[in-house]
Amino acid sequence: MEYSFPDQRGHFGAFGGKYVIETLMPALEELEKLYEEARNDPEFVKELNHYLSKYVGRPTPLYFAENLTRHLGGARIYLKREDLNHTGAHKINNTIGSALLTRRMGKKRVIAETGAGQHGVATATAAALFDLECDVFMGEEDMRRQSLNVFRMKLLGARVIPVTAGTRTLKDATSEAIRNWITTVETTHYIIGSVVGPHPYPMLVRDFQKIIGEETKRQIQEEEGRLPDLCIACVGGGSNAMGLFYPFVTDTEVRLMGVEAAGHGIESGKHGASLNHGSSGVLHGMMSYLLHDEDGQVKEAHSISAGLDYPGVGAEHSHLKTTGRAEYAMITDKEALEGFKLLSTTEGIIPALESAHAISQVAKIAPGMKKDEIIVVCLSGRGDKDVTQVADILGENL
Amino acid sequence: MSRIETRFESLKAKGQKALVAFITAGDPDMEATQTLFKKIEEQGADLIELGVPFSDPLADGPVIQAASQRSLEAGTTLKKIIALVKEIRKTSQLPIILMSSFNPIYVYGEETFVRDAVSAGVDGVIIPDLPPEEAGDFLALADAKGLDMIMLMAPTTSEARVRMISEKSRGFIYYISVTGTTGTRNKLSEGIKEKVESICKVTSLPVLIGFGISGPEQAEEAIKFSDGVIVGSSIVKIIAGEESLADRVEKVGQLVSDIKRAISSSH
Repeated sequence: MEYSFPDQRGHFGAFGGKYVIETLMPALEELEKLYEEARNDPEFVKELNHYLSKYVGRPTPLYFAENLTRHLGGARIYLKREDLNHTGAHKINNTIGSALLTRRMGKKRVIAETGAGQHGVATATAAALFDLECDVFMGEEDMRRQSLNVFRMKLLGARVIPVTAGTRTLKDATSEAIRNWITTVETTHYIIGSVVGPHPYPMLVRDFQKIIGEETKRQIQEEEGRLPDLCIACVGGGSNAMGLFYPFVTDTEVRLMGVEAAGHGIESGKHGASLNHGSSGVLHGMMSYLLHDEDGQVKEAHSISAGLDYPGVGAEHSHLKTTGRAEYAMITDKEALEGFKLLSTTEGIIPALESAHAISQVAKIAPGMKKDEIIVVCLSGRGDKDVTQVADILGENL
Repeated sequence: MSRIETRFESLKAKGQKALVAFITAGDPDMEATQTLFKKIEEQGADLIELGVPFSDPLADGPVIQAASQRSLEAGTTLKKIIALVKEIRKTSQLPIILMSSFNPIYVYGEETFVRDAVSAGVDGVIIPDLPPEEAGDFLALADAKGLDMIMLMAPTTSEARVRMISEKSRGFIYYISVTGTTGTRNKLSEGIKEKVESICKVTSLPVLIGFGISGPEQAEEAIKFSDGVIVGSSIVKIIAGEESLADRVEKVGQLVSDIKRAISSSH
C-alpha cells in the first residue's frame, strides 16, 4: 500500500487545504518552505532529537499492562506512556518542534489555543525554554474547568487570554487565536495544538507527533517480535492518534481505531463525534468532518474532557475514515469516567479524561479478542489535571 | 457586461470613485435590512455588500462578529438572504455582493448556490476564506453563470500573488487595508498608498480599499490612490447602537451620504 498525503496542495484526498483569508496565505507558504528546509537539515533534526531526549524524556515506555490485560481477559494490552513526557502529555512533542521552527523564522512571539490546557502548558513551556513571548487563548469555561493549568501557564511566563465568545471552549479559543494571528502574522508564529488548521499544519503537527508511532513500532518488535493487531487512541483534533497511526498506515494488517467523544450520548446532541455524526465542511482553515447544521452553522460540541470538546477533527482522520483505513468508535462521558477509574485501580495510572476514552474502548473490545492478540493504546496524557473535576462529578469534597 | 462592471464603467466616465456599503443581512432582522438597503441606495452608495452571518467568522473583528450573532439569533439563513435579494431586485438595480464564509455556501451546494444567487439578482461574491488556491471549482461555476468572484489582497500579499490573484479576481480587487480583522481604525495604515499603486500597475480591475475605513476623512484619503472604498464596521456599529429602526436608517443614511460627498467633492 502506498500512502503519500498530503499532496502538493495540502490535501488529504477531499480534505485539508488552505481555507484562510489572503492575509495569512504568505505566512503559510513561508511556513511550508521553512519546514521543508528544516526537516531536511541534519542540524535541525539533531537539535530536535536532543530536546526530545534530554528535556522531554523520550523515548516514552511501551508498558505491558498486565493487570488490565488479566482483568479484561482478552488481548494483550500495551500502554504507550505519553503521560510520562515532561508536562504530562504528548502535546510537547509538537511544541518543541514548533518553537524551534519559530526560532528559525526569526520570530519572537508565539500564540496558541488550548482546551484542556495541555497544549497551552506545552507551548508556554517551550516558549520559556526558547525565550519566546507567549499568549495562550483559552475559553472562559475551560479556564474554569482547568484552573490548575491556567496557573501553570502563568508560572511559565505566558499570558492566558480568556475567550468569551460562543461556548467559551476550544472552538472559540481557536477562532480567537486565528484572529490574533491575522493581526500579528508578521511577528508571530501560531503553534496549533492538533492536526487541524490550514496546510501545512495538519502535516507538520503529525510529523512532530509521529515519533509516538515510530517508537511504538520499534518497542513492540522488541517485546513481541511483531506488530500489534490494533492501535487505539482518542480523537479530539486527533494529534496523538495521528502520531500513533501514521507509522502504521501502510501496515494494513494493523487495525487503527480512533475514539471520539460521545458526550452525553449521541441522541442528546451533546457530543464531539464529528467523524461519526458530522459531515464535511470548512472550519479553522481546513476541509474536514464537522458538526454543523443544515445552514452550515457550526454546532457546539460537548465532552467531559475539554480536549475532545471540539466540533471539527483533523483532516487526515477524515481521509482515513473515508478510505476505510481507520475506524472510529465512540465513548460517552460516563464510560470515560469508568475508564478513568479502571486504569487507576488496575495499574496505578491515572489517565487524562481524554485518554480515558481510549481506555474505555479497550475495555469494550479487548475481552472479545484472542489472548495472543495485541492492542497498543496511546495514553496521551496523565490525569492530574482532571482530578478536581472528577471529584466534583463523583460528589467528593476535596 | 455585469452590473458591477457597468457601474464601474459609468463611475469612470464621470471621473468618480466607488462607495461600497456593507451591512450584515438580517441584523437585527430582515425587515431592517430591506429598509436600510433602500436608504443606503438613496444616499448614494454605488454597490452594496450583504454579509452572510456565520457562527465562526474568522476574518471579522468584534463589531461584525456581534452583528453575525444578532442575525443568526433572528433566524437568518443564506436561503432567506437570497430570497431577500430577489425581493429587492424588483425595485433596485444597484449591484449586490454577498460576503460569506465558505461553509454556508459549501453546505448550500456550490452549484445550487451560484444558480440561485444569480437568478435572484446577486452580482458578486466575496468569500474571504476561499483563496484562489481552493477556489478553482467555485470560480468555474461562478464564471459560467456570470457571478463575479471578487478576491482579496492584503498588505502581506507578495508580487507574485498579486499577479496570480489579479488574473482570477472578477469585478474588482478588494484590498484589505490592514494586517488584521474587520473593524474601524483611526487612520490608514502606513505604506498603503505604495502597495495599492503597485497593485494598480498589475491589474486592469478597479482596486477598492476595505477593512478599517471608518468615515469621510479616511475615505477621502483612500480614493486618492484607489478606485473606491468599502465601509462596513462603522455602519454596523450604528445599527448596533441605535434603538429604533427609524434612528438606524436615519444615521446610517447620514454616514453614507457624508462619505459619498467626501469622495465626490475631492474630484
